[in-house]
Amino acid sequence: MSAPVDVKTLVIDGVNVSGRAGQTVLEVARENNISIPTLCHLDGLSEVGACRMCLVEVKNSPKLFPSCVLKVEEGMEVTTASDRLKHYRQTILELFFAERNHICSVCVANGHCELQSAARSQGLTHVRLPYRNPLLDVDASHERFVLDHNRCILCTRCVRVCAEIEGAHVWDIMSRGIDSMLIADLHQPWGESSCTRCGKCVQVCPTGALSDKSKLGSDHPKYPEFLPYLNMMREGQ
Amino acid sequence: MTSEELLQIAEEVNAERQASDFEVNVCVALGCLSQHSDKLKDALTAEAAVASSRTGKRCHVRGTGCMGLCAAGPLVRVESPAMADTQTLYAGVHESDVKEVIASLGGKPVERLEAHLEQYFCGQNQIVLENSGYIDPEKIDEYIERGGYQALIKALTEMTPQAVIEQISKSGLRGRGGGGYPTGLKWSTVSKAVGAQKYVICNGDEGDPGAFMDRSVLESDPQRVIEGMAIAAYAVGASKGYIYVRAEYPLAVARMTSSLQHARRRGLLGNNICGTTFAFDIEIRLGAGAFVCGEETALIASIEGLRGQPRPRPPYPAVSGLWDSPTLINNVETFANVPPIVRKGAEWYASIGTEKSKGTKVFALTGKITNTGLVEIPMGMPLREIIFGIGGGVPNGRKFKAVQTGGPSGGCIPEEHLDLPISYEALIELGSMMGSGGMIVMDDTSCMVNVARFFMEFCMTESCGKCIPCRAGTAQMFQLLTKICDGKASHADLDLLKDLCDVVKNTSLCGLGMTAPNPVLSTLRYFEHEYMEHIDHQHCRAGVCACGTKPIADLTAAEVTA
Repeated sequence: MSAPVDVKTLVIDGVNVSGRAGQTVLEVARENNISIPTLCHLDGLSEVGACRMCLVEVKNSPKLFPSCVLKVEEGMEVTTASDRLKHYRQTILELFFAERNHICSVCVANGHCELQSAARSQGLTHVRLPYRNPLLDVDASHERFVLDHNRCILCTRCVRVCAEIEGAHVWDIMSRGIDSMLIADLHQPWGESSCTRCGKCVQVCPTGALSDKSKLGSDHPKYPEFLPYLNMMREGQ
Repeated sequence: MTSEELLQIAEEVNAERQASDFEVNVCVALGCLSQHSDKLKDALTAEAAVASSRTGKRCHVRGTGCMGLCAAGPLVRVESPAMADTQTLYAGVHESDVKEVIASLGGKPVERLEAHLEQYFCGQNQIVLENSGYIDPEKIDEYIERGGYQALIKALTEMTPQAVIEQISKSGLRGRGGGGYPTGLKWSTVSKAVGAQKYVICNGDEGDPGAFMDRSVLESDPQRVIEGMAIAAYAVGASKGYIYVRAEYPLAVARMTSSLQHARRRGLLGNNICGTTFAFDIEIRLGAGAFVCGEETALIASIEGLRGQPRPRPPYPAVSGLWDSPTLINNVETFANVPPIVRKGAEWYASIGTEKSKGTKVFALTGKITNTGLVEIPMGMPLREIIFGIGGGVPNGRKFKAVQTGGPSGGCIPEEHLDLPISYEALIELGSMMGSGGMIVMDDTSCMVNVARFFMEFCMTESCGKCIPCRAGTAQMFQLLTKICDGKASHADLDLLKDLCDVVKNTSLCGLGMTAPNPVLSTLRYFEHEYMEHIDHQHCRAGVCACGTKPIADLTAAEVTA
């Protein structure tokens, strides 16, 4: 006999749903075709709860919770879409757009960018905040890939995929606050770093921050879906 | 170590004290040390030796911890063990005064140096600071002489862990780091959490601008914190502790390091403490200067050797903390309150303070105030009494404007609310918070918009950068506040600022971001007219902002007097 499965029933946006104990609200919502926007989350990577796009309301709590790390509980009542949440998500997107330099028309990821599609899905029409436009470098030292700090949203997907899946831990974050910056090794040019050239980070990057040199203009779709499959196969071994 | 042995040590120390005719206590905590009180102590020791060879009277010169009144340093307190209640406090003593001070022993005090601070000391109720300034912080026996480690022995030999937690719960003690979470409840959660290994962490990463309570406790009475942690470890079932101190507190680190060794040597840390099966030891971890590492999950990450960044809670550290084990994290001052509660009982502690905020709170009184220094007051004391009574009011005939509590997470409280009795709830009601205990008094030379800008800059540079609202939101808010200060902002900018405050407060990952807008919100609540003057008239009434103070013809009378 197999171990009993602990099932939790909860309500998401008025729909009765169920999930296994240990599952997150985001997972259960997506299983039930309830969409919650995300940026730092990626199936197959650990969760950091950093982008705040997936915040949801939970009944009887004044606080908002990131659904990517919020575990399902019996009787929970979750709201994933409200005017308040919409306003917060839009403002967060504005903060992302204004933080560095996100001019879609000249970006390699135009049309394949998760920040861009999040803005579209959240109905963001304009940015009220002044663009900060900091002077940031482009690291083209790698023979195959390019890192454009101006497009980076510090979601740390690349950091996690390199450390957790590839096992190389080339990427990390330097400095803090608004000065935070993605670095290879101990702040070496990417081309001189211990990079294994596997390209996973490029595939999981949601924006045009990491891109393939061989791709032209906006012709740069990314395929991050390999991760859950890779994890599953590895665990099966 | 048994309680009899403790008493024996206490008696020995006491006998030694009684053997000397005079005691000269010199503060060698950081405030006075910055005025070379260590050299003063050496000079006093040398002079005392000369004098005693002449008069035959024995004089003991002791370096002690903080006496509280840091601005008046170096402080020297002279007493005679034979006459316990006669003591003289000298302020601003320098090496040139040494001969005079020693010569006056047994006679008339040196009037010129005497500090008249009855007002400062009465009204205070010292529990956490009871030994500060009275013992040599590097001598464990002097701590024992004043009742130290009796509480630990009592807990280990007479009480079950459950009974200890019950005492702490009943005492009404709440977290002194700022949040005010009931300490007993936290302990009870950790004790119930499942895990083979549990940890106790002392949070000494005090980083609020203008706050130095924890530093003072660590420097002046380190054994008290060790004893508090050991009692906590016994109560929750932990065998390993960490004290996380910022590296910017070198004296606190040095004293804590030697104090841990002394405690181990006395058998009060290590295996089989006091002949029981209880084992507990403490390690020091140094913070590398990041304010965010005062946040518990970031602090844990830092101890683990990772980048000091918070993670979403739940799970709370009580369930899954250091290396995923159940972990109790309390602030320095919280642990310092524990030994007296266990020693004197929960009822005694609960009799002090207000209904929901029990006991005392140490505040670091700074800014435009006559008596700068540390004060410990019972909860429920009105702010006015702290500032104008104990603190001696605003110097130089200036007018009081506001008091800032709670550091960058807190807010500014104007004059009309000064009569409110101090408690966790009352301060939150006023749009501020207790925080760790910084209290910055501001007079009419401070511009409240500029104050808000200062704290926003602090939050911006101290944001860890993990979540976007805090990382980019504080930077945007800082930019908007700068625009207001420069007299270049519009009403739309102010609306945007208010909106960002709301977003950052509600969407940030950790307490740093959630409370970063508080200084703006509270100054907007009480001093919105100052924002308006900057925006509408490019006028800064305090004359500190770049927009200037040119007189405004079209200011209405109401606006001017506001």
